[in-house]
Amino acid sequence: MSKVIVVTSGKGGVGKTTTSAAFAAGLASKGHRTAVIDFDVGLRNLDLIMGVERRVVYDFVNVINGEATLRQALIKDKRVDNLFILPASQTRDKDALTKEGVESVINELKTDGFEFIVCDSPAGIEKGAFMALYFADEAIIVTNPEVSSVRDSDRILGILQSKSRAAENGDVIKEHLVITRYSPERVDMGDMISLEDIVDILSVPLLAVIPESGSVLQASNSGVPVIMDIKSRAGQAYMDMTARFLGEDIPHRFLDIEKKGFFKKLFG
Amino acid sequence: MGLFDIFRRDRKKNTANVAKERLQILIAHEHSRAGAPDYFPEMRDEIMDVIKKYVAVDDKGLNVKLEKGDDYDVLELNITLPERR
Ligand SMILES: Nc1ncnc2c1ncn2[C@@H]1O[C@H](COP(=O)(O)OP(=O)(O)O)[C@@H](O)[C@H]1O
Ligand SMILES: [Mg+2]
Repeated sequence: MSKVIVVTSGKGGVGKTTTSAAFAAGLASKGHRTAVIDFDVGLRNLDLIMGVERRVVYDFVNVINGEATLRQALIKDKRVDNLFILPASQTRDKDALTKEGVESVINELKTDGFEFIVCDSPAGIEKGAFMALYFADEAIIVTNPEVSSVRDSDRILGILQSKSRAAENGDVIKEHLVITRYSPERVDMGDMISLEDIVDILSVPLLAVIPESGSVLQASNSGVPVIMDIKSRAGQAYMDMTARFLGEDIPHRFLDIEKKGFFKKLFG
Repeated sequence: MGLFDIFRRDRKKNTANVAKERLQILIAHEHSRAGAPDYFPEMRDEIMDVIKKYVAVDDKGLNVKLEKGDDYDVLELNITLPERR
């Protein structure tokens, strides 16, 4: 059985691509054959975050248009077994993705034995975001502890619950909340909405909290999904997220203020 | 109280709580509108016109809400009548 999982948020710049890359790499590292698809047509980025930008020959739209086979377009990750990336097209044509085209690619991935198909959604609530979520079985809602992000998450939840194929068939998409760029220090100061309040407002089960961490930028600089930086807090939080998604019962970490020692304060 | 006092007070007051309250109000409002049929705004205006024929209410006095239930939806009309003298 394969599962289609959309990583979505409404708002841009909240950590969808970071999360898609980390989560897909995490699933694959746990032995699951995983494909991650960049739906951000015109603004391809996932390939950069995953460090495969120089290996892009064909893209998602080439496959849909029959200009390349899926096998030709899929990029096999060299570090993690079982991990494949389907890059977005750089075309400016907003209608390049069609429901039929997306469906045929997803179906082919399923028959190819992919267990997880992770769809990295573009920002917005327009066509691109709709295409990324339409065929989803499960959804990961990426939210920052900030008013506009929470509001946009609520709107994208409304779309998932009314416009997706599952909704049209009277089924329910399983929703997971991932709060990223969380800073317990700022929550403590009263500057940042707490995770309890976000869960309360959105009423979606919490899958993970990813702390604000400089290692995310370092990882993207180097083209390595941050989950592979096993020493970093963000990397560990993404590892926990993956394990929890796969059914392990793991307590949340990095929710409270880290007591910094003298050296950590200096070099942390 | 000057403009800057507002910020100073809010800082002490905890802006995260302000954010939470604003979000709760906004999202409740947006949910009450979501899924309303296309004819909804027009119907609202017509209902308003009928009521105005009989009672002196203004637009702020009418609140129309559509609540989504499992088996059926509820159309809720709240009309604030003018004060009795
Ligand atoms: N946990 C985090 N800590 C610090 N920076 C982060 C974190 N998650 C994401 N970022 C940064 O936020 C920016 C947007 O992330 P990205 O994943 O591209 O968002 P999106 O795909 O939603 O537009 C990037 O610069 C990324 O490095
Ligand atoms: Mg992105």
